[in-house]
Amino acid sequence: MSSIPSAGFVRGAMIVPAAPPAVQASVRGWIRGHLFNSIGNAILTVLGIIALAALAWPTFRFLLIDAVWRGADRSACLSETAGREVGACWPFIAAKFDQLMYGFYPASQRWRVDLVYACGALLLAPLLVPRVPYKTLNAVFFFGVFPLLAGVLLVGGVLGLTEVETRLWGGLLVTLVISYAGIVGSLPLGILLALGRRSELPVVRGLSVVFIEFWRGVPLITVLFFATYMLPLFLPGNWKIDGLLRVLIGVILFSGAYLAEVVRAGLQAIPRGQFEAARALGLGYWRMMGLVILPQALRLVIPGLVNSFIALFKDTTLVLIVAIFDLLGQLRAAFADPNWATPVTLFTGFAFAGMIYFVVSFAMSRYAMFTEQRLNAR
Amino acid sequence: MVDDAQQPSHAAPDAGADIRTTRNEVAIDIIGLNKWYGAFHALRDVSLQVMRGERIVICGPSGGGKSTLLRCINRLENWQQGRLIVDGVELTDDLKKIDEIRREVGMVFQHFNLFPHLTVLENCMLAPVWVRRQPRKEAEAIARHNLARVRIPEQADKYPAQLSGGQQQRVAIARALCMQPKIMLFDEPTSALDPEMVREVLDTMVALALDGMTMLVVSHEMGFARQAATRMILMDAGQIIEINQPEAFFSNPQHERTKLFLRQILH
Repeated sequence: MSSIPSAGFVRGAMIVPAAPPAVQASVRGWIRGHLFNSIGNAILTVLGIIALAALAWPTFRFLLIDAVWRGADRSACLSETAGREVGACWPFIAAKFDQLMYGFYPASQRWRVDLVYACGALLLAPLLVPRVPYKTLNAVFFFGVFPLLAGVLLVGGVLGLTEVETRLWGGLLVTLVISYAGIVGSLPLGILLALGRRSELPVVRGLSVVFIEFWRGVPLITVLFFATYMLPLFLPGNWKIDGLLRVLIGVILFSGAYLAEVVRAGLQAIPRGQFEAARALGLGYWRMMGLVILPQALRLVIPGLVNSFIALFKDTTLVLIVAIFDLLGQLRAAFADPNWATPVTLFTGFAFAGMIYFVVSFAMSRYAMFTEQRLNAR
Repeated sequence: MVDDAQQPSHAAPDAGADIRTTRNEVAIDIIGLNKWYGAFHALRDVSLQVMRGERIVICGPSGGGKSTLLRCINRLENWQQGRLIVDGVELTDDLKKIDEIRREVGMVFQHFNLFPHLTVLENCMLAPVWVRRQPRKEAEAIARHNLARVRIPEQADKYPAQLSGGQQQRVAIARALCMQPKIMLFDEPTSALDPEMVREVLDTMVALALDGMTMLVVSHEMGFARQAATRMILMDAGQIIEINQPEAFFSNPQHERTKLFLRQILH
């Protein structure tokens, strides 16, 4: 055992905080430090580069280098006519573009759809940027006024607008309508169900549990099927609900049940002290939930919520089963056109649709991450 | 001066406490309170009268029922037998009465329980705006006044996570004060603090006491009790063991349990 030093220590002048040493941030340095810092990592890096090249290069070739950019029909995209290996057939997409975006919406009325898209984008963009003020007003417009405006513009029949049956809607229009309605409708429902499930009133809790378990227990396809074909049998004779509306209601109820469990997880994570402090201040149940608990709980479950929204956005493709032509449905209808039948038509179509789905899903995911970082920075 | 008719009625032998209060009003009247957690008898026939302007410090070993009793007063806990009358209003299952009481009774928790998603100022303004329905300007003025009272007016726009423990607890006190309560309950307010920060919170509480606030404090801070308490209570096994004025309580404990407890904490 070493001997204890006899002299004590008393500091003289305090050390002033200094700046940290400058780090040479270079790309080469980072690569060497992260990708090749051990034999194992080096091997994995090389394998990764090979795999990436094996996947990325053919894709790049197909979509851009070997692609055909101009043409009037299938002959432009056949390798015999072009005299070379043919990649994506973009003229096919160009020719079918209107159908993919609007479905069979009458061409003369498509300005209404464009107007709805423009209004939606104009209202959504400022809502997403944190610095823009008047958020409450913005939210009221986007979630309250916009759906009514869109409904009137798209359906018509009033204000001198010709009526366009929902049967004629298709493509990206249907995808966006179902996604918007699904997301905006199911979140409030999910929150109410989650609160109901945690309620102390046995009737409320029982009903919430039954609702959630029922809608989670059946596949979405069954829900869509039931809503479209079976529901009219249960309704009194002359009460007809529009086909698309039936689908929207089914999607909202289904998604609401899933979101309820996601929100409930967030509610459970809030410490009991928060509830007690809110109660001790005299806040009633709804004020406590709305001002104290839900703002915290929803922030916690942003990953889960966005996950559900992205899944909902992609699940809209299931409406093909009830003869509603969303983006993918419209695409498959386009494939049937003999005018454009080539070996590459399918790949081109799915690549195009895949890119649209990816861009929207990725945008949602990135925005969620941005929101989380901003909220956690506090 | 208080006469015999207003001596607190309780099961333990009356220590003959002479209570000096600002007004002869009963702020809290606890009559034969019994509470069970399942089969566990948590509060056993507790009776106590707290006069307005009194500062009562409740101490005792863990699990003795101190916090449980405190939380009964604003109905964060319920009870199976007995009556509890706060500020003239009897607490029952009636939600309206409960909310009425909670507006007049402020509570400070051991773990602060500030709302992390709101700034310090918003924390303090929340209840006055949404419960007392005060206009925002007025609520903000009251909030800033109370933040100055607890000596952290410059932290108004910070978030709770950016403050030290002592500062957070003082914000919690300010938040409770913004509702202008008649009674303040403190549930071990300094137990979760670093020793250096205990002083600043206790100073705040002493200042409150000198302003005449009716306070019920569950705490082991005997220095504070000596300085500010009008009565000391020892609770153990769900019942009141002894009540006395602080000096008599510390220098001349009567009950065996009190003697044991004091021996253990005053080392």
